[in-house]
Amino acid sequence: MRVEQISVFLENRTGRLAEVTSILTEAGVNIRALALADTSDFGVLRMIVDDNEKAKRVLRDNGLTIGAHDVVAVEVEDRPGGLHRILDLLGKAGVNVEYMYAFVRNSGNNAIMIFRFDDTDKALATLTQHNIAVINGKTVHTM
Amino acid sequence: MIYDIEFETLPREALSAIQLQRLVSTLERVYATVPFYRDGFKKAGVKPADIKSLDDLRRIPFTTKQDLRDNYPFGLFTVPMDNVVRIHASSGTTGKPTVVGYTRRDVDTWATLMARSLAAAGAWRGDIIHNAYGYGLFTGGLGAHYGAEKLGASVIPVSGGNTRRQVMIMKDFGPTVLTATPSYTLHLAEVAQEMGVNFNDLKFRVGVFGAEPWSENMRQEIEAKLHLSAVDIYGLSEVIGPGVAIECCEAKKGLHIFEDHFLAEVIDPVSGDVLPYGEQGELVFTSLTKEAFPVIRYRTRDITTLHAEPCVCGRTHVRMERVSGRTDDMLIIRGVNVFPSQIESVLMEMEEVEPHYQLIVDRKDNLDVLTVKVEVGEKLFSDEVKKLQETERKIAHNIKELLGVSADVKLVEPKTIARSEGKAVRVIDNRKI
Repeated sequence: MRVEQISVFLENRTGRLAEVTSILTEAGVNIRALALADTSDFGVLRMIVDDNEKAKRVLRDNGLTIGAHDVVAVEVEDRPGGLHRILDLLGKAGVNVEYMYAFVRNSGNNAIMIFRFDDTDKALATLTQHNIAVINGKTVHTM
Repeated sequence: MIYDIEFETLPREALSAIQLQRLVSTLERVYATVPFYRDGFKKAGVKPADIKSLDDLRRIPFTTKQDLRDNYPFGLFTVPMDNVVRIHASSGTTGKPTVVGYTRRDVDTWATLMARSLAAAGAWRGDIIHNAYGYGLFTGGLGAHYGAEKLGASVIPVSGGNTRRQVMIMKDFGPTVLTATPSYTLHLAEVAQEMGVNFNDLKFRVGVFGAEPWSENMRQEIEAKLHLSAVDIYGLSEVIGPGVAIECCEAKKGLHIFEDHFLAEVIDPVSGDVLPYGEQGELVFTSLTKEAFPVIRYRTRDITTLHAEPCVCGRTHVRMERVSGRTDDMLIIRGVNVFPSQIESVLMEMEEVEPHYQLIVDRKDNLDVLTVKVEVGEKLFSDEVKKLQETERKIAHNIKELLGVSADVKLVEPKTIARSEGKAVRVIDNRKI
């Protein structure tokens, strides 16, 4: 149910993002989803890649500071209200969404969103309880 | 004007005789009452009775900031706390501050020295003094304050900060003398200009600036912007506070050290040899009249040169050049002493932070700005921006708590702090004083 997301600390100056994509390209790693959060001084790059171990290794070898955290890939109905329904259920259950971003592929007629929760266990329980489809962690990387 | 005409113009032979008498008396006092000094003298094989001339001072061991730290807080006081009426403190190299104490007579001596200083700058009874040095544990504010009162001038204890209100006070109360740090003064001038206040219309005549290094160029700038005569004042809390030496407004060429109260030496910082007049080295002081907290051959780590040529003002006391640098890595930021090792100790106390840091000091709009760059390692990193920002805030808060100085904390990628020959460059000071 959980997907391992890789995050990278980048200073907010030109070329840093390109440095990351260059390292991953050279290692033959494919990025499936990404989001970049920024402040005036630094950014946090979040990625779902197709080969976690290789990505972590090459990024570390190149002197970058990285992190790995569990996120959840959730199927969201691709119509008005699709996302709202899910957020509403989570909110009522007291689960907070730290951040979210879209995934590169769809699942049938549904969009796929990557969620980072403050309480992943409670989030998964709530989603399952309401029959909201969560994509298996392992398959996300190679969908 | 000379406040203490008899003592400030004492002929050199009379001055030397008084210095020797007071020196022996001070050595006897610390030998009898402070174990640290007694042990030090014994180890050097010398007793106060052995000191028969001023040259014999060289036989006495030096005292350093570390010695003060080792005897924190009151280990070097020569009197019981009942006799101590004032305590001040200033930065130590890590953790604890340097603590100093004053008897009632010490407070009065200090006030007299500050009165002498204000008079040397051109102030007198009848002047209104705008005192923008910080009041509190720092010796600047209260030092200038008591000196002004002793002189008989009217002192406004504005302290630091609240700049717009200070400008209003300058406009409404019409002070004639300004005592402040040079960088804050230029900041005051800027804010005043923004508020539409013209210094031509204000009544300032004299300014006494210190607590941080400043150049001749800065003096020209301050004098031009504020329409006053600016002089440099020198001091350090370990010796007494401000009022150890003052520039006279007549010459503005070097600061007269009050030699009837302080014996000054300039030494080679490496060998410890005493250097003759005219040679640059580290300034060392021995107090001659302090009771609660005398200092014996205290190494200031300030670099200067002493000149004994007679001065047009008539004072016979030797002059020191403006301090040109330090033998250690101490910085002065907005008048606050900061040691890079203090920042390091703050970072090391935070488990998630690795002590890979760099200090950048800039001067923006005439105010010192300290930026602390901290490398982000995996223990510190989080995928959530708010957590990283929280860490930045926590570091800044801890620095402010310990050092009393505000810093902008900037998280940077690992290994981006330049290493030169394997050793990290810890401080980049971009200020061109």
